[in-house]
Amino acid sequence: MKTGRFWAWLTFAVGAAYFFIPLIATFEFSLRMRRGEYSFDAYRVVFGDIRFQETFGYSVVVACFTILLGVLLVVPTAYWIRLRMPHIRPVVEFITLLPLIIPAIVIVFGYIRMYGSSSPLPFLATRRGTDLLLIIGYATLALPYMYRAVDTGLRTIDVRTLTEAAQILGAGWTTIIARIILPNVLIAVLSGAFLTFAIVIGEFTMASLLNRPAFGPYLQNIGANRAYEPAALAVIAFAITWGCMAVIQLLSRFAPKSANNPSH
Amino acid sequence: MAHLSDTETAIEPAVAKAADGNFRLPTHWLGVAPFFIFALMFLIFPTIYLVVGAFQNNQGEWTLENIANLFQPNILAAYWISIRISLASALLGALVGFAIALAIVRGGLPAWVRSATMTFSGVASNFAGVPLAFAFLATLGRLGLVTILLREIGVNIYALGFNILSFWGLTLTYLFFQIPLMVVIITPAIDGLKKEWGEAAATLGATQFQYWRMVAIPVLWPSFLGTVILLFANAFGAIATAYALTGSSLNIVPILLYAQIRGDVLHNPHLGYALAFGMIFVTGLANVFYIWFRTRSERWLK
Repeated sequence: MKTGRFWAWLTFAVGAAYFFIPLIATFEFSLRMRRGEYSFDAYRVVFGDIRFQETFGYSVVVACFTILLGVLLVVPTAYWIRLRMPHIRPVVEFITLLPLIIPAIVIVFGYIRMYGSSSPLPFLATRRGTDLLLIIGYATLALPYMYRAVDTGLRTIDVRTLTEAAQILGAGWTTIIARIILPNVLIAVLSGAFLTFAIVIGEFTMASLLNRPAFGPYLQNIGANRAYEPAALAVIAFAITWGCMAVIQLLSRFAPKSANNPSH
Repeated sequence: MAHLSDTETAIEPAVAKAADGNFRLPTHWLGVAPFFIFALMFLIFPTIYLVVGAFQNNQGEWTLENIANLFQPNILAAYWISIRISLASALLGALVGFAIALAIVRGGLPAWVRSATMTFSGVASNFAGVPLAFAFLATLGRLGLVTILLREIGVNIYALGFNILSFWGLTLTYLFFQIPLMVVIITPAIDGLKKEWGEAAATLGATQFQYWRMVAIPVLWPSFLGTVILLFANAFGAIATAYALTGSSLNIVPILLYAQIRGDVLHNPHLGYALAFGMIFVTGLANVFYIWFRTRSERWLK
C-alpha cells in the first residue's frame, strides 16, 4: 500500500505538471509585452481592441440564440419521447450522437453546398440567413451534450404524473412544457446551456467557413499576426471555459435528488 | 439503466390502452416532427449530399473516379499523418488518462485530489481549438517559457530536432484535451469494478498482479478500447488547434479539406466531396467499433 500510494502521488504530480506548466507559461508569456518587465499591457491592448469587442459580442449573441434553439428543439422532443414514444428513443439517441461522428467541417461543407444562394433554400444569400445557418450549425454541434443533459434531468422527475396532473387542471401542451416540465429540468437545461456556451464561444471552423465575424476566426487572425496578445487571449478563453464549468458544477449541487437518481 | 427500462415498459401499455378506444391519427408523431425535420435538414441531408457527390462526376453520372483519386500521394499522405496523429494522441491520452484515473480512484490519495482532478478534467477536455494552440506556442514555441528555461540549463530542444509544428508537437498539444477526456470517461468504469471481485480473487489466493491480469483488465478492456476510439475520432475531426498552430504547413486531412472548401485547391469539387466522405468513413468506422465495445462493456458494469 505504501509503494502504491507513492506511485499514485507520482502519477498525479506528473499529470499536474503537464497540465499546469502550459497554463503558467501562457500566463507568463502574456505578461511579457513590455520589454524587461511584467505588465498587463497585452490584456489592455486586447480589451481595447474594437474588433475584440465586436467579435466577442457577436459570438455571445450567437451562443445565446444557439442555446435558445437547442432548448426549443431538445426539451419538447426528449419530453415527448419519455412520455409517449419510448420505442423510438434509440433512433433519437443515435441521431444526437451523429455530430460526434460527422466532423463539424463536413457538416458545414454540406451546408455551403446545399444552402447556397442559387439553391431552393438560399440561407447563404443574405447575412441574416448566414447568421441563422451558423446558429443552426452550432445547435447541431451542441446536440449531443444538450440532449444528454436534458434527458438526464427528465430521468429525475415523474414525467407521466406531472403531465396527467397538469392535464386534469386543464393545461395545454405548451403550458405543460413551458410551465411544468421546463422549470423541473431547469438545472439540467442550464448545465447543457453553459456547456453549449463553452463550445460555441471560440468555435473556429464553422464561423470561418461561413465568413461570419465571430470570436474564433478573430482569435486565429490575432494568432497569425501578433506575438503577446494570443497568450492573453488564451488565458481569457481558459477563464471563460473554467467559468462555464464552475457554473455547471455549482448547478449540479442544486439538482433535485430523487428515488430514480440517488447517486447525484 | 435497469430501473429506467422498468418505468418505460410500465408507461407503454397504458398509452396503448388509452389510444385503442379512440379514432387514431398518428398525432403523437407531431411531437417529435420538429426534431426529425431539423436533423434531416441540417445533419443528415447535408451529409448525404456530400456522400452522393463523392460518387458522381461533374455531369452527374455515377462514378468511382473521385474515390480512386483519393489515392494520390499528397491526399494519402494527409490521411496517413492525420491517422497517425489521432492514433498516437488517442493511445497516449488513453494510457496516461487511465493511469491518472487509477491513481485518483485506487491510489489512496485524499478525496480533494479526486474532486479537483475531475473538475479540472471537465475544464481541460473542453479547452481546445485556437486558444489551446496559443497556450502551447507560449510554452514550447521558439520563445516559449519551457523552451527558454531548457535552453538556460543547456538543452536546446529546437537544436535537438523538436518542433511544435510537427507530428510530435501536435500530438503533445492534443494530449491536453485527450487525457482529461479519458479521465472523465474511464473513472466511472474503474469505480464500477466491484470490491467483491478483488476479495473473491484474494480468497482464491490470487496475487494483486493476477487480479489485474485475470479480472480487472478483462473487465475494463472494452471500455478502455471504446474510449481510445472515441479519442481517435475526436482528434481526427479537430482542425482549429492544428490550423492555428501550424497554419497550412502541416498537411492533415481537415486542413486540406478546409483549403479545398475555401479555394478548391484540388481543382475538382467532387474530389472535395470524396475527401469529406473519407473523413466520415474513418470516424464512422471508428464509432462502429466504439458502439460495439461499449455494449460489450456495459454487460459487465451494470
